[in-house]
Amino acid sequence: MSVLVDRSTRVVVQGITGHQGSVHARQMAQFGTAVVAGVTPGKAGTDVEGVPVFDSVRDAVDRTQANASCIFVPAPYARDALLEAVDAGIKLCVVVTEHIPFHDMLVMYHYARAKGTRIIGPNCPGIASPGKAKVGIIPNVVFQPGRIGVISRSGTLTYEIVNGIKEMGLGQSTCIGLGGDPVVGTSFVDALPFFESDPDTDALVMVGEIGGTAEEDGAEYIRHHFTKPVVAYIAGRSAPPGKRMGHAGAIITRGKGTAETKVAALEAAGARVARFPYEIPTLVAEVAGSSRR
Amino acid sequence: MVKLAEWQGKGVFRKYGIPLPRGEVARSADEAETLVRTGKVPLPCVVKAQVLAGGRGKGGAVRFANTPEEVRAAAASILALEFKGEKVHELLLEEKLPIGRELYLSLTLDRTQRLPLLISSPHGGVEIESVADTEIDRQTVDPFPGLTGYEKRRAAKVLGLSGTLARSLDKLLDSLWQVFQHEDAELVEINPLAIVGDGLVALDAKVIIEDDAAFRHPEYAEIRDDRTELEEIAREKEIAFVQLDGNIGVIANGAGLTMATLDVLKELGGAPGVFLDLGGTDDPKKVTEAFLLMARAKPAAVFLNIFGGVTRCDTVAKGLVEAMRQVPTSDRFPLIARIRGNNEKEGIEILRSAGVTSVSDLRASAQAAVDAAGGRA
Repeated sequence: MSVLVDRSTRVVVQGITGHQGSVHARQMAQFGTAVVAGVTPGKAGTDVEGVPVFDSVRDAVDRTQANASCIFVPAPYARDALLEAVDAGIKLCVVVTEHIPFHDMLVMYHYARAKGTRIIGPNCPGIASPGKAKVGIIPNVVFQPGRIGVISRSGTLTYEIVNGIKEMGLGQSTCIGLGGDPVVGTSFVDALPFFESDPDTDALVMVGEIGGTAEEDGAEYIRHHFTKPVVAYIAGRSAPPGKRMGHAGAIITRGKGTAETKVAALEAAGARVARFPYEIPTLVAEVAGSSRR
Repeated sequence: MVKLAEWQGKGVFRKYGIPLPRGEVARSADEAETLVRTGKVPLPCVVKAQVLAGGRGKGGAVRFANTPEEVRAAAASILALEFKGEKVHELLLEEKLPIGRELYLSLTLDRTQRLPLLISSPHGGVEIESVADTEIDRQTVDPFPGLTGYEKRRAAKVLGLSGTLARSLDKLLDSLWQVFQHEDAELVEINPLAIVGDGLVALDAKVIIEDDAAFRHPEYAEIRDDRTELEEIAREKEIAFVQLDGNIGVIANGAGLTMATLDVLKELGGAPGVFLDLGGTDDPKKVTEAFLLMARAKPAAVFLNIFGGVTRCDTVAKGLVEAMRQVPTSDRFPLIARIRGNNEKEGIEILRSAGVTSVSDLRASAQAAVDAAGGRA
């Protein structure tokens, strides 16, 4: 078992004829993912390295039984692309696109939820389960199959940390990059139950950032419902209030969303909180060892 | 985010039919005096500094005037102010109204519930942070039906409005909701919303427009905000660039990695001064531009921390080598590099050939950057 993706995942890449779309379609396939279709309106009948391109998600689903979408469509058109995937019956949409207005994302989130589709992202690296499937853009080289789950709000920092876990001689069960925007389709609280019930996950690494209260909400869930060991890290301890730190969601406003409150909440929930990224692999090795006993 | 000054926010409010005092903008004492002498702004009036910081009333940035001479004097003194670090370029002159109670209204985003949030309080005219939580009402609003009748009735009740005033509020809330949605606002705030006779008037306007919606709103492109000159250049080049107080420049890719890098430097006794997030790029030219921008900020040392994904290590290395060729010797700074991930070997080799060693350990390389910048700040 794994979380949200597995060997039955069949990916349609929306925006496959763009540069990022084609590069990552290839890398997903190299990871072992069934990339079955691409969509770019007006490009039906062509292919991208053997992956057939369709005009609409509906056509792609009808012809290839795609059941997950990876969206690379530029921000002004991303809302439409997501709604199209939802209406075509896709149940998992990874939105890689960044800079989607949050007003658009509010509509996307509530529409998808009403129709039973899970969104990961936007502005996210996606999801990967080594040996099974990847929907998104996390570099293949950082993974090796294993029993550590990862949930992160970051992109490259996730790669860094997942890579560190690998270099420690441990592997990952599933890794989800939630995305750094103020409104995301899947938050820590939404993702944690999947890892709790996943028999292939022994321990969890949670990577948060300043801004919002998603980490505090996640900590609350961990305290009451999560039985596996958790190692956490919060980026942005040195960030000044009121500065937007690269991610739209990473901002301390009116005293809310500081690293201190997040670290305190996670420690109170029993998580081991690393002060620096390079402490994570050691802590993971410790808790993973203890959970096997 | 684009923060609109009061007069700009009120311009938006006017478009959507939110009731306002009569008013005009002046940029000099002469202009201010003329506005009242010609009757464009009736006396008595209020003269308000157009700055983004709050607390203008207490800080002498809002003055009342009864005569053209008083208007002139008030305008001259406010234009000479530097209010909480902001220079005053514009004044808003408005008629002074017979104000009853002052209320508070705003629409913003509730990140946790992923819904717009309507905030109402009967205590307006003070900063909402200073109002007791029990005196503030928060309602989430579903974007699909939009603001509903029952939500508006609840707001009226919270604000203590009935009859004609409740009907005015109903209409005003519809307008406020439209501003929030159609203008892609992060925040629309009326504080205070005043009862004037049997109507409501927005005495102030705070509107913040979301950056990511800029493609729908070319009209806000020209509005000045609190970015520094270099931050502004970076924005045009689509590079995330933020100036802080220290002397170490940080170039990383991705917000999380950038923040983690700053945290490590600070812990080791360094003081990050500028950070620049390359984001996802596979264009060496963009990397070169980013480095040249960093050079202009005159850092004592630069720490490059890249984990290659979309942004490949060799791309960064190529862009960096080109930038080093272009930076004049006098502006050179010590460079400490750490590049890992996609095409790591190629990148390290390119850097080596240009005389830069990449250290793969984060702690060790960060320590080298702190030392190069002169140790503890």
